[in-house]
Amino acid sequence: MGSHRDLPAGMVNHIFTDTGSSSFTEFVRSHSPDLLPGRNDVLATPVGDQIPHATTIVTAICAGGVVMAGDRRATSGNIISQRDMEKVFRTDDYSGMGIAGAASTGIEMARLYRVELEHYEKREGRTLSVAGKANRLATMIRGNLPMAMQGLVVVPLFAAYDPDLDGGRIFSYDVGGGPYEQHQHHAIGSGSIFARGALKKLYREGASPDDTVLMLVQALYDAADDDSATGGPDLARRIWPVVAVITADGYRRLSDEEVAGFVQTVVDSRMTSPDGPTAPLR
Amino acid sequence: MPFGYVSPEQQMRDKADYARKGIARGRSVVVLQYVDGILFVAPNPSRALHKISEIYDKIGFAAVGRYNEFEALRLGGIRYADINGYTYDRDDVTARGLANLYAQNLGQIFTESMKPFEVELVVAEVGDSSDEDHIYRLTFDGSVFDESGLVAMGGQAEAVANRLKERYRDGLPLAEALEAALFALTEPGGERFPANQLEVAVLDRNRPHRRFLRLNGPRLERLLSAGSAEAEASAETPAVPPAPAPEKSDTAPTAPEGDIDTGSDS
Repeated sequence: MGSHRDLPAGMVNHIFTDTGSSSFTEFVRSHSPDLLPGRNDVLATPVGDQIPHATTIVTAICAGGVVMAGDRRATSGNIISQRDMEKVFRTDDYSGMGIAGAASTGIEMARLYRVELEHYEKREGRTLSVAGKANRLATMIRGNLPMAMQGLVVVPLFAAYDPDLDGGRIFSYDVGGGPYEQHQHHAIGSGSIFARGALKKLYREGASPDDTVLMLVQALYDAADDDSATGGPDLARRIWPVVAVITADGYRRLSDEEVAGFVQTVVDSRMTSPDGPTAPLR
Repeated sequence: MPFGYVSPEQQMRDKADYARKGIARGRSVVVLQYVDGILFVAPNPSRALHKISEIYDKIGFAAVGRYNEFEALRLGGIRYADINGYTYDRDDVTARGLANLYAQNLGQIFTESMKPFEVELVVAEVGDSSDEDHIYRLTFDGSVFDESGLVAMGGQAEAVANRLKERYRDGLPLAEALEAALFALTEPGGERFPANQLEVAVLDRNRPHRRFLRLNGPRLERLLSAGSAEAEASAETPAVPPAPAPEKSDTAPTAPEGDIDTGSDS
């Protein structure tokens, strides 16, 4: 850090040095780069199995918005490291993200991303466009690529309400970045293959937010049924999936009681048909 | 003594006069507590150049004076809040910390640079109850004043503050607080500012996540008409006299200690 004489008009603190960019990440990089996630040098050995991993996130477009849901399990290898983890995050009033992969890096990234969006909004006095938000997240994921190669893979799923379309949009990513816009529905994480199969059969275009929540809870149940790393509804501990509905009214995380209602419906129906609802053959 | 020598006292006095004149040129801004939080009102015809801004979850900012100068302070404040909230926790960002940062910088600029900043700021933080609300006023020389209830700054600040005290009482509903602010900002016998000439925002303690909210368009129109209807009704039946407004604590700067503040008493 130089002396304060290098700063504009006698400002004594580097907080006042303008980077010329509206990006919070850019500012942190010049101010205190150690705070950014995944800035470590290459690890001596891959750590993939030793740190907790977050698993399945599902999301689907509903009438007037988008719904996102995630299970609550985190695993380290074959150990369940947490039963009530949160992996669906509010990023601003009209968007949210879910994370799969290395939990620690993912949580940090979600925190940074939230500040990134707010920082832009406060600075510029306007909200980023949905495409702008999605691109920004892609850059953050790409920055994590060296760590991903060492086993700290983080893959997010981004969902937002787009006021221009008056509807929801979904963006997926890979370790190299993205974004890839998804239509209708998408799932990420270890249980995503099973969840995606279920969603394909259950998805109804233009369904109400409530029906879409039910759809996603069904899909998570199917994922937990076949994937050991995805947690099903924990009836004994009363731990339910995290469900968020994003519409013109903003981001709303459903309360535990609301989710419990949907979970109960699914669990009751599975008592008689364990494989869930059947789709018509033709 | 060399020709052209100016004593330090004279220098400080000149700088203070210069800054004070610059600040008095613009229009006033008022900040006051209402039942659900803190209300900011500024007559401002510009839609683009804001005088009122969000800093963080619970912290708002209002300024008068030179736009480019307070804008630099505003952006610095946002960076300060965001980086502290990201480093520690969102609850660890306080208006007090921000006020100190501003005080330090304004004080330094006032003493060291040729031209002092011609700005006056309010940093306000909304708490879970009105007792936990904080309103700090900062002047061009880096003095901090811990205000309670209401602040008026810029323009004819003293006259505006006096008019505001007439109407202000603790726990005003939003529409009435806005009415009081407009009463104070309007010169006696003058025209009221229409909604499109006003910049209005609140820190509402009942909002989740981010408490700061700009009020504009139809929502502001409704509040304005509700407030003036209320005022007419109470004018017809003069009920309880308004409670005396809290004293402004002009005499007790909290930081930095008043040593370099040569301007305040002249």
